[in-house]
Amino acid sequence: MAEQASERGRGAQSPRLDLRRINWSWLGTVPFFLFACAFLLLPSASLVIGSFQDNQGNFTLQNIADLSQPSIVNAYLLSMQVSGVTALLGTLVGGLLAWAMVLGRLPRFVRAFLIPFSGVASNFAGVPLAFAFIATLGRVGFVTVLLKDLGFNLYDKGFNLYSFWGLSATYLYFQIPLVVLILTPAFEALRPQWREAAESLGASGSYYWRSVALPILTPALLSTVVLLFGNAFGAYATAYALTGGSLNIVPIMIGAQIQGDILHNPNLGYALAFGMMLIMTLVLVLYSWLQRRSARWLQ
Amino acid sequence: MKKRPSLIAWLFIVLGTSYFLLPLIATFLFSLRAKKDTLGFTAYQRVFEDSSFYATFRFSALMALLTIIASMLLLVPTVYWAYLRHPRLHRLIELVSLMPFVIPPIVLVFGLIKSYSRPPVILVQSRGLLIAGYMVLALPYMYRAIDAGLRATNVKTLTEAAQSLGAGWPRIIWQVIVPNIRGALVNGAFLTFATVLGELTLAQYLAWPAFGPYLARISQNKAYEPAALTIISFALTWVIFGIVLLFNSKDQQQTQFGGTH
Repeated sequence: MAEQASERGRGAQSPRLDLRRINWSWLGTVPFFLFACAFLLLPSASLVIGSFQDNQGNFTLQNIADLSQPSIVNAYLLSMQVSGVTALLGTLVGGLLAWAMVLGRLPRFVRAFLIPFSGVASNFAGVPLAFAFIATLGRVGFVTVLLKDLGFNLYDKGFNLYSFWGLSATYLYFQIPLVVLILTPAFEALRPQWREAAESLGASGSYYWRSVALPILTPALLSTVVLLFGNAFGAYATAYALTGGSLNIVPIMIGAQIQGDILHNPNLGYALAFGMMLIMTLVLVLYSWLQRRSARWLQ
Repeated sequence: MKKRPSLIAWLFIVLGTSYFLLPLIATFLFSLRAKKDTLGFTAYQRVFEDSSFYATFRFSALMALLTIIASMLLLVPTVYWAYLRHPRLHRLIELVSLMPFVIPPIVLVFGLIKSYSRPPVILVQSRGLLIAGYMVLALPYMYRAIDAGLRATNVKTLTEAAQSLGAGWPRIIWQVIVPNIRGALVNGAFLTFATVLGELTLAQYLAWPAFGPYLARISQNKAYEPAALTIISFALTWVIFGIVLLFNSKDQQQTQFGGTH
């Protein structure tokens, strides 16, 4: 690549000095791109290529077609449900917390505590988080026992920490604080003048929220939902630590496939990972588009 | 307009805070019950007497350190150079730094194993591959930290000033650029440290005796020690973020996503 660039440079402008410059410029970034090729591009490309090959290495679409197996479709659906539910609930609860903190006229210490705590909690995940929830909502967990003493048996009522809602409750522990961190600046960017202007024109509080604040916040809220969806969709450690392998979401299935070829077809395993990358790509594209839209007003 | 605190706001904050504090309180109480009928720190004692606690912690801390050093050696000159000479390349680097978001850790480790476990290049037994994987996980926020640091610095002027005083490239980067973005670097370094320290996915599938797999193993086999370890991990995360916050200026808010959750 360096060669080509210098060739072009030579043709365009005064030969000597420019040649040296362009050569240098390329060389400066070559290590980074080599690294990216070796450890980002090659691993992901090899998975993509593998998902279009059969065991002999010939081109095939069979693996993609085989993704429609019920067990795989169910894993994708469950993954999307967990991600979707925690994204929506997380944005709702986190948004209410951010609103309360920024616009609730609360004493300053609330914010001084909540922001750093959100930073920590949004990074508190994996095995410790799973264990904290086992100690809280597991069969002999603190809250479970407490509620039982009060005459309410969670597990008799159909709750199970190692199932859909248990995993979702656990994911919310890192989802909600992330929302607080993201949406706090958005609520802060709502100018008081907009509200004053609306009120001086006779708008009520709820009318202001429906017609001014929410439309302005919508792109930010949507981009938060999308970000949280991706955040939960790729999560592996927390789910693994919480459920072992019992809850069949896509990351857990990929893990089992790495360990023991549970699908009995390595190439179908690559296709499984390819599907995940595809969904994450969609998430990222949607996210950056919404980000650009929300930057219009909230800067 | 009303000036008193809103009751609903208080309600939300109290409910939210209790959701966040309950698991911590529950875990803490649980960790104190290792000895029958008495509350005490026996579980913590047992953790601190366990030699594999130290061994795995040391291993992960070392990996984190090496990841930080390697990431900075790779990224600081690259991003600086792109800022100075190649604005268009800058967009491309930014795009590459977003790629780890598309490749979650479980997919990344799958791809690494597929690519590097057979000839021509066999790396799966090398620590280098683990560190490279961690560098990929750290890339988005390491890049953002460095980018934010350079954005807040007048790169061109500083470089020209240094050059006119006769400094060469290594000297410019090490003695002029790095000191100017020190806060951003510390920020990125501690986020990386927090991520790598308890990381499970890569360490587990590349079969390294790291802290994350140790936590997972303990939590499957023991009752009270994992509770103690959870509290210790949470305290550690606080310490790390305390340091980050000390260095964090208002305009460089860091949010991490898609990491090792």
